[in-house]
Amino acid sequence: MAEMVATRDAYGKALIKFGKIYPEMVVLDADTSSSTRTQWFCNEFPERFFNFGISEANMVGYAAGLSTCGKIPVVSTFACFGSGRVYEQIKLSVCWPRLNVKIIVTHAGVSVGEDGASHQAIDDINLMRVLPNMTVIVPADGIETEKAIQYAIESYGPFYIRLGRLKLPLVFDDNYEFVLGRMSTLRQGKDATIIACGLMVNESIKASQILSEQGIEVRILNASSIKPIDKQAIILAAKETGVIITAEEHSIIGGLGSAVSEVLSTNLPAPVEMVGIGDTFGQSGSPEELLSLFKIDAAAIVEAVVRGIGRK
Amino acid sequence: MQDIDNLKELDKKDEKDEKDEKAEKAKEVRRLIIQMIAEANSGHPGGSLSMTDIITTLYFSIMNHSAANPTWEERDRFVLSKGHACPAFYAVLALCGYFPISELMNLRKLGSILQGHPDHEVTPGVDFSTGSLGQGISAACGMALAGKIDKKNYRVYVIIGDGESQEGQVWEAAMSAAHYKLDNLCAFLDYNKLQIDGEVEKIMNIEPVVDKWKAFGWNTLRIDGHSIEQIIEAVGIAHKTKDKPTMIVADTIKGKGVSFMEGRVGFHGVAPTRDQEQQALSELM
Ligand SMILES: Cc1ncc(C[n+]2csc(CCOP(=O)(O)OP(=O)(O)O)c2C)c(N)n1
Ligand SMILES: [Mg+2]
Repeated sequence: MAEMVATRDAYGKALIKFGKIYPEMVVLDADTSSSTRTQWFCNEFPERFFNFGISEANMVGYAAGLSTCGKIPVVSTFACFGSGRVYEQIKLSVCWPRLNVKIIVTHAGVSVGEDGASHQAIDDINLMRVLPNMTVIVPADGIETEKAIQYAIESYGPFYIRLGRLKLPLVFDDNYEFVLGRMSTLRQGKDATIIACGLMVNESIKASQILSEQGIEVRILNASSIKPIDKQAIILAAKETGVIITAEEHSIIGGLGSAVSEVLSTNLPAPVEMVGIGDTFGQSGSPEELLSLFKIDAAAIVEAVVRGIGRK
Repeated sequence: MQDIDNLKELDKKDEKDEKDEKAEKAKEVRRLIIQMIAEANSGHPGGSLSMTDIITTLYFSIMNHSAANPTWEERDRFVLSKGHACPAFYAVLALCGYFPISELMNLRKLGSILQGHPDHEVTPGVDFSTGSLGQGISAACGMALAGKIDKKNYRVYVIIGDGESQEGQVWEAAMSAAHYKLDNLCAFLDYNKLQIDGEVEKIMNIEPVVDKWKAFGWNTLRIDGHSIEQIIEAVGIAHKTKDKPTMIVADTIKGKGVSFMEGRVGFHGVAPTRDQEQQALSELM
């Protein structure tokens, strides 16, 4: 059994690690620091931590200003409040002037659970992906989270990194190398390709085991880098396996499935099955119940793969 | 002479009984809050308990509303802008008869009519969906404005949090409500001095908050938010005030009524264990 780590916990640790190396790093939060784990950074570097209270729009504006003066601001809150709630501020104060602001959010998707629709970001990949100059990353596990954060801190420009609340099994080991714009292959297979991000990577691995028992061998690609996206890997997968199944904890409108389809339809049209949340809001329930209700779990992926292969 | 004295005594006794009855209602609401959050094993007890006396008094002694007809056009409206405190709201709605009390035990469960944050599509008696802080007060202003346009007599009540008051949108709403002279709007600030990450004063101070609301053009009162008499009196003043919205800054205690939750930031969004539930209930008997 792989070790279980929540990406937000890996984030909390990474902030301290890189905070020691980069004195220009400052961390901003909006009254969610105990949940996002930025509190750990605050305990270590209180003079470089700023809690704005519940004023996300103002916080993003501060980050923009701080970055123009050489700071590397890391902005944190829940995904719903760090994307849609401050969309215009991110668009015009951060992305348009291409400022060095890292927006790292936690509690993404329906796996937030009981808090319900108002707290479940299921549209944020879509919102952030459309912004010029923005880089969007959805790490699959704790190790990739740390590597992606390092990458973001060490490169210039706006980043949106989407993390979750739940503990997840580690997919990678310490040797894993994060390369922006490249999908890593987690499993080889000839019958179909699953392209997944976030906690759906783990669900894809579970699905591949069930499928293998049925004689279906799937390739799995980890699409942590949503933008820029790995066009080559997508086109190659379509060529070699003939069908693509996307899997994301996000609306099927505008997310990873859309990004993959954009690449395929303009390069090499191939059947695509999208596993994601339909055109609906979330609701209260346990994370497991919700993943099952919205058909974004291993069982749904298995069904989608079988359906997809039938369309080849 | 003797008779009159007796009558006076009786009046006092009636008043006292009525007062006790109201205090008892609030206690009942508090017990339900604890039970439902413990059952859900998730939810926000602190901010629910701090506003319990306000919302109980609004629904049982002040507002014009009908559980039999939740969408009655002439009803007074209520918006819980600090939506996370909905357990208090749901308990009051259940006691008013909007849905069975047993429904409270489905809080936050899959498919429940009692979502983690208020959803007016699924809960009878909820006038507006909230959960993202700072937004509910604007919607309440919109309801009050509609009342003015249509020359209706209904009034609009809204409760906001002190942490929530850090949102810029709250002050945009404040400016506009004064501009539109929404004297049919009465807001409460649940001033419990705490938010998730700690003391409001230390995280992002909102003081001098009474002066701020006054400067924004509101009729601003300050009361003890656990005194039912003061709540009723303040709303009475709001009712009589012309051309200005009213803000009642209510000093409260987060977790009020449960000794180990009072003033404790740790119980903002953490459910009591079953043992803690028992202790809390015994304190609330
Ligand atoms: C826009 C927004 N940002 C953050 C949150 C997360 N959140 C939920 S409750 C809360 C603290 C609320 O504090 P306060 O308004 O003082 O409420 P109370 O003390 O009455 O519970 C926060 C930050 C939210 N619900 N909405
Ligand atoms: Mg508060």
